[in-house]
Amino acid sequence: MTPKLRQEIEAKMALYPDRHSATLPALEAAQRVYGWCSPQALEEVAEAMDVTPAYLESVATFYDMLETEPAGRHSIYVCTNISCSLLGADELFRSIADAAGDDPEFNVRPFECLGACDIAPIASVDGVYVGPLSTEDVPQLLEDIRCERPVLPNKQLVKRPCADPGASA
Amino acid sequence: MKLLFENIDEPGLATREVYERRGGYESLRKALAMEPEAVLAELEASGLRGRGGAGFAMGKKVSFLPKGSIEKYLVCNADESEPGTFKDRELMQKSPHMLIEGIVIASYAAGASRSFIYIRGEYVQQADILDAALVQARAAGYVGEDILGSGHSLSLVVHRGAGAYICGEETGLLDSLEGKRGNPRLKPPFPANQGLYQGPTLINNVETLATVPAIIRIGGEGYAKLGTDTSKGTKLVSVSGHVKRPGNYEIELGVPSREIVYGLAGGLSEGREVKCWFPGGSSSPVLTKDDLDLPYDFDSMAKAGSMLGSGAIIVVDDSTPILDVALKVAKFYAHESCGKCTPCREGTNWTVKMLERIETGEATPMDLEIMASVQEHIIGNCLCVLGDAMAMPIGSMIAKFRDEFERHIEQVRAAHAPAAGAPALTGALA
Ligand SMILES: Cc1cc2nc3c(=O)[nH]c(=O)nc-3n(C[C@H](O)[C@H](O)[C@H](O)COP(=O)(O)O)c2cc1C
Ligand code: SF4
Ligand code: FES
Repeated sequence: MTPKLRQEIEAKMALYPDRHSATLPALEAAQRVYGWCSPQALEEVAEAMDVTPAYLESVATFYDMLETEPAGRHSIYVCTNISCSLLGADELFRSIADAAGDDPEFNVRPFECLGACDIAPIASVDGVYVGPLSTEDVPQLLEDIRCERPVLPNKQLVKRPCADPGASA
Repeated sequence: MKLLFENIDEPGLATREVYERRGGYESLRKALAMEPEAVLAELEASGLRGRGGAGFAMGKKVSFLPKGSIEKYLVCNADESEPGTFKDRELMQKSPHMLIEGIVIASYAAGASRSFIYIRGEYVQQADILDAALVQARAAGYVGEDILGSGHSLSLVVHRGAGAYICGEETGLLDSLEGKRGNPRLKPPFPANQGLYQGPTLINNVETLATVPAIIRIGGEGYAKLGTDTSKGTKLVSVSGHVKRPGNYEIELGVPSREIVYGLAGGLSEGREVKCWFPGGSSSPVLTKDDLDLPYDFDSMAKAGSMLGSGAIIVVDDSTPILDVALKVAKFYAHESCGKCTPCREGTNWTVKMLERIETGEATPMDLEIMASVQEHIIGNCLCVLGDAMAMPIGSMIAKFRDEFERHIEQVRAAHAPAAGAPALTGALA
């Protein structure tokens, strides 16, 4: 285990009255280093937290964002829940999955409502929300990720103003 | 009247400086100069009902916490994963200090000394923004030991989830925050008595807590003048689906629903009409275009057989097959069921299979009957209400769009009926 990861996990444990509360943050940190919750990652987190790997595995399998199989470095979650699917999300997902093909860098997954139905259909690329997307955006989206550029800068959620006309700017 | 969205797009509002320039943290100073009981009295007078889904009176919930010096916790529910809901996201991202201020005031009224914001793991950017705001709030003495010399102390940690709808349910959330799988707990005991780490715990939604500074500013009575008799105040509404201007709107509770769908959200595209709408996220029974003149408030939605829920309006137009809507909804709950109770685990999976049989033409109209009765058997028979959250909307779709389901069954069966003399198809479509 890298000293940095161990430090991060120890700092997380110190935040809570009970160290077990650091389980999700610790697994998330280990996943960032190892790419997924690999047996080795679980062993090391278990040692740092003084819990068993089996316990960590049972937790990891419960949560959608923790990968219990090897996964691509760049996660692309495509929302296929109700509001997005009303506006073409299923087609969008297929288009992204096809274009990404079997490139091992990508982890393309259909996802439940991501909490951004205002820009449906949407995807979260390594945590950055972009939308509304059409199948025409797909080549650019993948290209931006490959070149490690900000993805679709003018479709990023954080830049959008509030829809409410009464909310003063 | 805007309380939460008043300055929401002001550049830099997420920083302490700009928030303070807009009067931020004045309510905290005011509250700390009062007795905790007096702050609680303002919350009770405001009539504020929880904005996370159940609509329980916030002041009353605070008053349920035991008094005395035992360690108490406050947990902010920022899991926001009810499909259609995205209001907490905009609040946290643009006005994180409003939430922090609300949490500190509520913790003072409740006597809580440790607090957590449980934010869904997908909200990476919003969690980073909250963490940055928290650093500023701590530096200014708004969070930490002996806040502004009041003697009240509060620690606050932003805790990131990892993707599971059920962690929005308050006891599933607590287990998740304790580092376990997010399985709901049997109630009672309620979190007010035995919550996080077995200690008394106040759990409220982001919007509920973010409303607290406004209540202290204008007074509980002033707040109670807004809205209707039983639904006080303003509410953030997330509108999505087939509307021209999807987004978050702050409305006074009790405005006609039509004004939200057609006025604020711009209505549907040319030539389209409302087929159905979910008034409170995908767990709420659907309403139709005939219900659009109902006032949008807790009781009117309940009287109409649905619920205001999280305030997420999903609009579905008349070009959409109801079967598609039902399948999406059922699949979601089947995926998110934690599996602890049989009626929920089996009922959600079975409903998906049944809807798929309708889709492929293997079902008969009798199966609709069975499906409706399965929904009734789920309701009220589980540990948490996730099972109900599927059964209620699916039940409402079968009840309100039965003709369409039957027509679909007939059409698909007719299309695949064996020609005279040909062997009959069995099982799945050949
Ligand atoms: C399956 C399920 C999911 C829920 N998801 C959320 C959620 O994402 N956010 C939330 O605030 N409340 C959610 N709730 C409601 C919480 O259990 C709880 O009632 C709420 O956090 C209390 O806060 P409030 O009184 O301020 O609304 C959910 C409930 C259930 C049964
Ligand atoms: S109702 Fe469903 S989600 Fe809730 S505890 Fe039971 S199995 Fe789990
Ligand atoms: S349905 Fe896609 S973000 Fe909500």
